Amino acid sequence: MELLLFGIAKDIVGESNIDLSDQSSVPQSVAELKLFLSAEYPDFQKLTSLAIAVNSEYAGDEVLLKSGDEIAIIPPVSGG
Amino acid sequence: MMQEPIIEIVDVLEVDGVYRELSDPLSGGICVFVGTVREFTNNEEVVSLEFETYKTMALKEMRKIADQAIAKWQLNKVVIRHAVGVKGVEEPVVVIGASSGHRDACFAACRYMIDTLKETVPIWKKEIFKNKTVWVSAHP
Repeated sequence: MELLLFGIAKDIVGESNIDLSDQSSVPQSVAELKLFLSAEYPDFQKLTSLAIAVNSEYAGDEVLLKSGDEIAIIPPVSGG
Repeated sequence: MMQEPIIEIVDVLEVDGVYRELSDPLSGGICVFVGTVREFTNNEEVVSLEFETYKTMALKEMRKIADQAIAKWQLNKVVIRHAVGVKGVEEPVVVIGASSGHRDACFAACRYMIDTLKETVPIWKKEIFKNKTVWVSAHP
């Protein structure tokens, strides 16, 4: 299960992606993924907001993560 | 008849041709908004801006915005085009355009589309100053 990182998320982690399958306990939902990120990389807690996309759509905390999903961290956007 | 909106993310943003893309026999008005690189942020001199995107998702979100605007206002043509990469002062970074039968619709639609793009589309902007870089909006 691969996690894509963009913008400041890439700087916080130091990589442009993380393989979640390597983790000792793989997050099962968006809520669990957010908890995992905050614990592993406390700088995420300092951001204005933190959203998760699953298969290139914004995903709420209740969304379950399946192997094969394309998961992305969406830090505060700033286009335009 | 509404034509398919033009939704693109490009390395080099050409704004000169947008008028022709929006020109339409059923339209009495064309509005174009162009976002450009400003030299100063809070009195600090900006050298350049660097944009990156999650492209597949950004194109989907841009299309949603265009579809919402088309449903809400009677638009004949729509363009949403955003640049990525490093952009210098005065360079265009985003162009939003709409044409419609009457001017109220295209004015309102352009305002809605740029405001919503800034809230939802996964594009990130880094301000490059002489001595530091800042991801815009990342921190409160």
